[in-house]
Amino acid sequence: MIHQPAIHVAAIRKTYGRTVAVNDVSFDVRPGEIFGLIGPNGAGKTTTMECVEGLRTPDRGAISVLGLDPKRDAYALQKRIGVQLQEAQLQKRIKVWEAVALWASLYQKPGSGDRLIEQLGLSDKRNAWFMSLSGGQKQRLFIALALINDPELVFLDELTTGLDPQARRAIWDLVRGIRRRGKTVLLTTHLMEEAERLCDRVAIIDHGRIVDVGTPAELVRRHCPEHTVVVATDDPAAAMRFRDIPQIDSVTSDGLRVTIRGRGDDLVTQVIQRLAEHRMRVIDFRTETPTLEDVFLRLTGHAIRE
Amino acid sequence: MLRGLWRLTWLEIKIFVREPLGVIGTVGVPVLVFVVLGRLLGPRVRAGAPDMPRFVSVDLPIFVSILIAASAVLSLVAIVAIYREGGILKRLRATPLRPLTILAAQVLVKLLSTAVTLALMMLAGRRYYPVDADVPIASFTLALLLSTLSIVSLGFLIASVVPTARFAQPIATLIVYPMIGLSGLFVPVEALPPTAQMIARALPFTSAVSLLRGIWHGEGWYRHAGDAAVLTVMFVIFMTLSSKVFRWE
Ligand SMILES: Nc1ncnc2c1ncn2[C@@H]1O[C@H](COP(=O)(O)OP(=O)(O)OP(=O)(O)O)[C@@H](O)[C@H]1O
Ligand SMILES: [Mg+2]
Repeated sequence: MIHQPAIHVAAIRKTYGRTVAVNDVSFDVRPGEIFGLIGPNGAGKTTTMECVEGLRTPDRGAISVLGLDPKRDAYALQKRIGVQLQEAQLQKRIKVWEAVALWASLYQKPGSGDRLIEQLGLSDKRNAWFMSLSGGQKQRLFIALALINDPELVFLDELTTGLDPQARRAIWDLVRGIRRRGKTVLLTTHLMEEAERLCDRVAIIDHGRIVDVGTPAELVRRHCPEHTVVVATDDPAAAMRFRDIPQIDSVTSDGLRVTIRGRGDDLVTQVIQRLAEHRMRVIDFRTETPTLEDVFLRLTGHAIRE
Repeated sequence: MLRGLWRLTWLEIKIFVREPLGVIGTVGVPVLVFVVLGRLLGPRVRAGAPDMPRFVSVDLPIFVSILIAASAVLSLVAIVAIYREGGILKRLRATPLRPLTILAAQVLVKLLSTAVTLALMMLAGRRYYPVDADVPIASFTLALLLSTLSIVSLGFLIASVVPTARFAQPIATLIVYPMIGLSGLFVPVEALPPTAQMIARALPFTSAVSLLRGIWHGEGWYRHAGDAAVLTVMFVIFMTLSSKVFRWE
């Protein structure tokens, strides 16, 4: 790396009484990437993120954000970052446009509040009181507030919680837009699909510890290298014909259906080659590739939603 | 940063006005008390009836002023507790706003509502209660603002310790009302037992009552410089203490 990392976290630890919320967590976020923290409830994602934002102080360890110390240089840093908190509220009777205007007034070079309101689909709620917004609308308002100063580094804690699929996609596009303009994003999510589609790299965190860091594809390859191909064919000898594929784990058949399990990126190619070679008539063909969700299950031993 | 303060204060004023109950509680009640008492007792006060209890004839304006300051504190404590519980304070803090700016905006709103309440009281009470021509209204307003500032800063200290928004108002009431009891408004401070006297002198209400009373009777700032100084010092102490122990979430 020629650039210094946008975020550098070195061995931070944070305890609450006897609860160890974050335990020896270290990671780097590179400039221009979308980095995701994923993990089950109570894993320590929010605690980690808020330490990086300077809102909490770790008991131990060091953090540097855009080359600054989030505690000591809090004010210099606040101007350059945008923050969306997991559980925030605003004054019940503040109007949407008032909140956006207040936030805009706090920064030297704010972006256009009206454009953000429009981008986030809040145009017809401009004059609505905060208390009258739906959960998803509040969430979108907070994302607007996090982006108002066109920050170099954006923190999004559970950015699409409570959003409908349409709004979720719109936000994903928005976040990709942030990256296109060379900005950096640190986000947390419960949705493996979101992490897979949006994040350049993710850190899986469980019980306050980072279990592994990498691109979603890397993590899948590293922890769940097995692929599954299911072929339905009327060739009675089908199962036998797949047995000699290298790195194969198992071949089982059930009526017409043959299930081939193995590892390595070549499994699917190999199966197709055998099908062509033996001129088997294929009635159905399906592949199952592991996802981040499977990696997660394997690494943490439990599903993310429990 | 002043720009942020002005913006936030203006917004908080608008938000305050949007909540009818809050306005009635902090502005309406003291005015109503003043008018009702003035109406009941006004004629006798005007006649200078010799059987008038001293409290009513002399101290009604002071009493209502202290009521204004007390309701300002109570609503401040409630607001801070609600903002903290809702994560509003935390959200505001994660901006370039300085912590002091966020708190100062709340104080300014309270000072303004105090001034407005006082003005309304004077307007409404004029018909029932003989506000002497020689009562120095400007000075009195200033004295009330100084008192409110000092008392409100005590409010921050209280707001730092109340555990939840639900208990904020009752706890603050429990703390504030005995302070008013000791303030010399009902019983002269000198008549209190020594311990109570000592406590009373350490509370802003006592100096506030002495200052307000003196200014109302035209005694002038010079004779009450001590009270004003005590209120200022208390303001500084309370604000410094609160900035140390204040909880944002
Ligand atoms: N202010 C606090 N006081 C006491 N305990 C806390 C506090 N904040 C977090 N914790 C504890 O620290 C642990 C980690 O919490 P954290 O909020 O970081 O989890 P998370 O990964 O963000 O979870 P979620 O997915 O539910 O948002 C939890 O066990 C939580 O109870
Ligand atoms: Mg969280």
